[in-house]
Order: sequence, then C-alpha cells, then structure tokens
Amino acid sequence: MKFLTTRLIFSVAAVMLVSSIASAQTLRWARSGDSLTLDPHAQNEGPTHTLAHQIYEPLLHRDMAGQITPALATSWKALDNNPNVWRFQLRQGVKFHDGAAFTADDVVYSFNRARKPTSAMKELLTSVKEIRKVSDHVVDFETNGPNPLLINNLTNLFVMDSGWAENNGASEPQDVAKGETTFASQNTNGTGAFMLVSRTPDQKTVLRANPDYWGKGEFPLEISEIVYTPIQSAATRVAALLSGEVDFIQDVPVQDLKRVAGQSGLKVVTAAQNRVIFFGMNVGDDDIESDNVSGKNPFADVRVRKAMNMAINRDAIRKVVMRDQASPTNVIMPPFVNGWNEQLDKVPATDIATAKKIMQEAGYGDGFSVTLNCPNDRYINDEAICQAVVGMFGQIGIKVNLDAKPKAQHFPLIKNKTTDFYMLGWGVPTFDSHYIFNFLVHTTTEDRGSWNGTRYSNPALDKKIVALESETDLDKRNGIIADIWRQVQADQIYLPIHNQVLNWGMKQNIQFDVQPEDQPHFKYLKFN
Amino acid sequence: MLFIILRRLLQAILVLLLVALVAFTIFRYIGDPVESLLGQEATVADQRALIERLGLDDPIPVQYLRFVGNALQGDFGISYRTAEPVSGLIAERLPATLELALVSALFAMTLGTLLGIYTAIYRDGFVAHAIMSSSLIGVSLPTFLIGVLLIWVFAVELGWLPSFGRGETVQIGFWSTGFLTASGLKSLILPAITLGLYQMTLIMRLVRSEMLEVLRQDFIRFARARGLPERVVYFGHALKNTMVPVITIAGLQLGAIIAFALITETVFQWPGVGLMFVNAVFFVDIPVMSAYLLLVGTVFVVINLVVDLLYFAIDPRLRDGQLNRRAT
Repeated sequence: MKFLTTRLIFSVAAVMLVSSIASAQTLRWARSGDSLTLDPHAQNEGPTHTLAHQIYEPLLHRDMAGQITPALATSWKALDNNPNVWRFQLRQGVKFHDGAAFTADDVVYSFNRARKPTSAMKELLTSVKEIRKVSDHVVDFETNGPNPLLINNLTNLFVMDSGWAENNGASEPQDVAKGETTFASQNTNGTGAFMLVSRTPDQKTVLRANPDYWGKGEFPLEISEIVYTPIQSAATRVAALLSGEVDFIQDVPVQDLKRVAGQSGLKVVTAAQNRVIFFGMNVGDDDIESDNVSGKNPFADVRVRKAMNMAINRDAIRKVVMRDQASPTNVIMPPFVNGWNEQLDKVPATDIATAKKIMQEAGYGDGFSVTLNCPNDRYINDEAICQAVVGMFGQIGIKVNLDAKPKAQHFPLIKNKTTDFYMLGWGVPTFDSHYIFNFLVHTTTEDRGSWNGTRYSNPALDKKIVALESETDLDKRNGIIADIWRQVQADQIYLPIHNQVLNWGMKQNIQFDVQPEDQPHFKYLKFN
Repeated sequence: MLFIILRRLLQAILVLLLVALVAFTIFRYIGDPVESLLGQEATVADQRALIERLGLDDPIPVQYLRFVGNALQGDFGISYRTAEPVSGLIAERLPATLELALVSALFAMTLGTLLGIYTAIYRDGFVAHAIMSSSLIGVSLPTFLIGVLLIWVFAVELGWLPSFGRGETVQIGFWSTGFLTASGLKSLILPAITLGLYQMTLIMRLVRSEMLEVLRQDFIRFARARGLPERVVYFGHALKNTMVPVITIAGLQLGAIIAFALITETVFQWPGVGLMFVNAVFFVDIPVMSAYLLLVGTVFVVINLVVDLLYFAIDPRLRDGQLNRRAT
C-alpha cells in the first residue's frame, strides 16, 4: 500500500512534468464498479475484463463495433486437412511491458493456465484438447472434434508472459473462492497499449501509455494516462461528469441522460447493448405452486403463453418505463448475434381481444393468479418493467403478484428452479446463437442448461444444440440455428421484452463509439 | 471499580456474540454468494463444488461457530469479492472512516455549541429564530439528500469542491491520511458536513435548552448581582454547567457517526469501511459483512463502556451508591 502510494505520487508528478512538455492527454474515467482482480484468468466478469483489455491482450478481440479483429494473432484458420485444428499466426516484434519478447511459448503457457481448475475462464476452453507450439510465432489449437466457434470464445482470453508468471509464483490463476491474493492479482505484465502505474482497489487505478506498443500508427493511441475511479452512486457519478472532475463515464442513468446531453461541453453517445430482457415461465411441471389453479399448470399450455405474449405492449414499456432507451424485440437474442434476423425480431401487435379469446379456448377465461419474481438492482428499470407487465397481464385476466428482490436473491431462484415466472436478462459474449441455446434452451444437465429456469426439455432440440458445436459447414450450421429458433419461437417458452441500450457520457471533445459489450477499448479513443 | 469493568467486559462479549448471531441469521436472507462468485458460464456442477468448498452447505449453527472460533483467533476470513483477508481490508479502510468521523464530530461539536449558545443568549432575536427554524431542515432531511444537494451546489454549480473521493492521501505507517494535502482537505469538507449536520443540530438544540435551564438558576442570578461581566457569566459559569450532559450525548453520537457513515460514504464514494460494507451487501460478501457488524458493535460497546466509567469518575454519588450496595 505504502509502496503504491509513494509510486503514485512520483508518477503523478512525473506525468505532470511530461504533460507540460508534450501536451499529453489524461482521461479520467468512472463507472459504477471496479475490476475484481488484475489476474486475467481469475474472474469472468465485465468490469474486470475492461481493465484487463487495456493492459493485456487476447489473440483476437472485438473492436468498438463488436467485430472480431486481430490482436496478438495476425491471422487464423482451421487446417484444411484437419478441421479439429485451428492454426494461429502470431504477431512478430511484440514486447511485454517489462521488455520480454512475446512468443508462442507465452500463448501455450497462458492458455494452459486459463484451463486450470482455479481459472474462471476454463468453461470457454472446454472443447480444447491441446495447445501446441508449431514455431516461435505459430500456434495450433486442437479441439475434441471440430469447433467452428472456438474463435468467438477467445476474445477475453489474455496472454501473459510465461517467464514473468513463472518467476513470480503466479503459474496458477488466483483462487478467488479460496480467497487468496497472488503476485499476478496485484501486478501486471501484458502487451497492451497501457501499463499499470498504481492501483488501490475500489478507489483508484492509474495507467500510462505503453511507449513500445506494437499498434502505433494503427490505432489513435491519443491518451497518455488513464485515471480510473469507480463511483458507485449514480447521482455522484453524473455530478462528477457535470462538474468536470471526470471526462468519461459508463452507466449513465436513464433519468439523467437529458441533463448530461443538455450541458454544454458534454455529450451522450448511445448504442444497442448486447443484452436482451425477457420473462421465463415454468412450462415443464404438471402443477405449479405459485398459482391458484389446482392440479394444473397454466404455463404448460402453449396457448396461454401465446396469449401472454400478445398482451404485452412493448411499445408502451419503451416509451413510459424506458424513456425511449430500449429497442423492443420478439426474440431473446440481441441483434449482433449470428442467427438474428428482422423477422424474428419483429414485435407482434398488442391484441388484447384475441389474447382473451385464446385464454378462453385454453380454459382460462376467468384467468388465474401467479407470482412473478423480478430483480430490482440488476437491469435498467427492471422492477418498473415488471410493474408495467403486471397491469398488461391483468387485462387478460392473469392476476400477477409481483415479488421484486435484489439480484443476489433473485438469481438463485432461477438457478435452483424455485420460481415459476421470472425476469432474466442475457448477453451473448460469443455473438452466436449457440450460447443462448446452450444456457437457456437445453435441458438442465450437469454441464448445460444451467440458466434454463423454464424446465423446458426437448430431447430432439438438445441433440441439435449439441450438434451445432461440431458442425463446420457454416451454411448447414446456420440452417440448424434457424431450425432451433423456429421451434423456440413456436413453443414460446420465453416472453421477450426488449434489448437494452447503452449510454456513455463524455466530454464534447472526445470521439468514442459505444461498444456493444460495454467494453471501452481506450486505444481507439480520439480527442478533437 | 475492577469488578465493574469486568462485569462490563463480560456484557460486551455477550453483546458481540449476539451481534454475530443476528448477523448470521440475517445473511440467510440476503442472498446467495455463489451466484456472484461464479460467472454466467458456470455449470450446475461448478456451483455445487463451490458451495461445498465454502462450507455453505453446513447448517447455520455450524457456520456460526466456525466464524466465532476463527474470529477469536483474529481471523475474519477472506472477502468473497476481492479475495483479500477481511482484517487487512478493514485496516486499510478504517483510517478514511475515522478521519471523516473525527472531522464531522469536531464540526458538529464546535458549530453546534456556538450556535446553541447564541440561540440561548439571544433567544428572542430574529437571527436565533432563523437558526432554530432552519435547524429543522438538518434534523428532517435524510443524509443522502443533503449529500446530493451539497454536491449539486458546491461541485456541479459552483465547482469549488470535489464531488467524490478522498483526494490525494499520504501514507504514514499503516495510516493513510488526507489531512496533509490540499486536495485531501478539500475532499473532506462536503462529506464531513453531510455526516455531521444531524449531530450538529442535535447538539445545538441540546446546548440551547440546557443553557436556558442553567441561566434560570440562582447562581447565575447571584453572579449577575455581583456585577460580573456578561461574558464571564455566560462562558465562565453557565456554559461550564451546560457541558456535562452535552459531552455525554456527543460521546454516544460518535458511535452513531461511525456507524452511519456508510450512507455518506456511498454518496461521496468515500473509500471507508461503510462503502466497503455497502459493496459487500451487493455482492453477498458474508465475511466482510460479519466483520463490519462486529466492528460497529465493538465501537458502540467500547464507547458505552468509556461513558459509563466516566460517570463513575465524575459523579461521586454513583460510586458511593455502588459501594454501599455491595457492602450491604
């Protein structure tokens, strides 16, 4: 601690000195949460990855538009004679922050580290059988059977220096559950555009531009120093931006957008987020406890689910609850994801009369009552959305009792299957439909369907989902994806609401696009 | 005297055990830490393995006894969120909270006393009335609202003071202080006022009513009859007699300031133990929450103990009473 603070003072003084000479630009950045650890493999979590992306680099990453872009690898392809092997050409002349050269050994070492039991990233590499060095700048990934999705899984898998990790006793990822701190959870040595200067968790992290970065000329790299401060309270975060104490904030609250955009010298940049909000229902059990229908489960009848989907007025939710900060949808898939099309996304017209008629046909003309579980601190206006649909379902005779709880209590209900009707939001880090099917549609088993709280189980569909993992013929694969979506939409096991919209607030002189995963990569940031 | 201290200490230990027990019972309803520890991609098998490793499948009494046993050895466990030892986390963040509490208490005590005296002496003046009415705002507005309003006026509109954080700090041994830098001192002003405003109005009203009470008494009339100057009457005689109950209340309020700092710390992103607790609640970080509640419990118990002992030291009647009762 003492060491850090002293270093901080010196570096701040040094940076001030430099900035007076070279007109260097400091970016003061705030968001609601802090990174949990500096160990790049110990947590699979958004804010942790954001900080890691500035310091470390993956083989390939998603740029500010969400497109896969080369980073430490320059090109990759599956071998023609063996679809089980992906070959990566590595970038030459790259150095780690301490000066060590980046080679194939570092890649092999880092990915083996990320596959160790204490790693939080190992789930993304379960299909990998072996990682082999071919030459100093060529690496092969061999998978258990063909895996066309491997590339999509690598965008947050960072490469460390093998020598540095080994010499500092950081060969194993930090074991978060056991509660240990390691050298690598408090120090860094990456290849990224920024180097760590000092860090006090939950308070302040200072990064400095890497003078030897390989991407010079390729990226703007206009920032000389980043000062990152988590500010939890939304009002304070906005106030810090308005008062000019920070230059850039994530997580601008919906109600403050106009205030920020209206202030001269500030602007709000908006884009669709990779997160869709929807409701799930217990469609599998014969009877459910939270309703007032004895001996039957109204959700098990697809007609009831269709009627409910028809009763939701998504446009009203967008206008009234979300203040236009949402894009309504009819599919549980954000628009960047492979498998998405406008037809799936098209929102059905709200039709109370028809919905009522369908309810009648299903034998629920008098309606029924049921409990809806909803988080109140996880998604944008989550509880307000639930309140809105309570009224909408009331119009077709379904009396919904709303039970809103903090996320820490809400999510276990879904995981433990103790809720019959719930709200969930879902992001798709692989940008492929398979991720959605695997967690939300597949029958819950030891290693799949962990977020499928609907008890929906369709063995034929399960087989198709598993088949997607090894289908290398992309056209055929996309055909299977479309097939599965057809079934999912027909069975209406989920009631989609909308895709969230991301808002970043920043000084007028900053040029920065909103990244759909809420991951700002500061090497792309430009000043006017 | 020794007997009293021993008895008090035993009571203190009992209170702390109860605090820990209540905390553990409440935590069952706060949520499931496993969810926040594992990422979105975790499988059912991962979840089960983690529950087993953390011992969360043990019955609550077993978990409680394990916690108490470890706490007795000074081990408060490891934070689920940051994976660091909780005792280290608290030690690192306590200076921030204590400095804030100290400045707030000084602010509340000084300004509260001065305003209390003023409103007692000029009880019918216009200014005194204005102070008294506006002090109602301090009592009735919730802390977070005061904080946000202060940020709005002094940070956003006027741009005089920072809206968040602690500024630059200097490390002296294990203690990080914000007292030695200009930005550190500036950062202290708004949170200290926010945290101390309620206590200030409380002390002001207390001083005022006590002072009015004392001013009515005979010895003041005699002092005036002796022709002593007003200044001596007010500050030499009246104030001295006013302060005994005020100091008692102020001492007890110091505990409240430390405990309730968490709201102020959240609003101002003040890196103290209160903010740490709030973070812990969101993350269901049970070890940090338990340790924090024990810490606050200890603060209250210690302050109560000190105040009780001071009573015995100050007031001979209590001391005699206690001895007599024991003798008979």
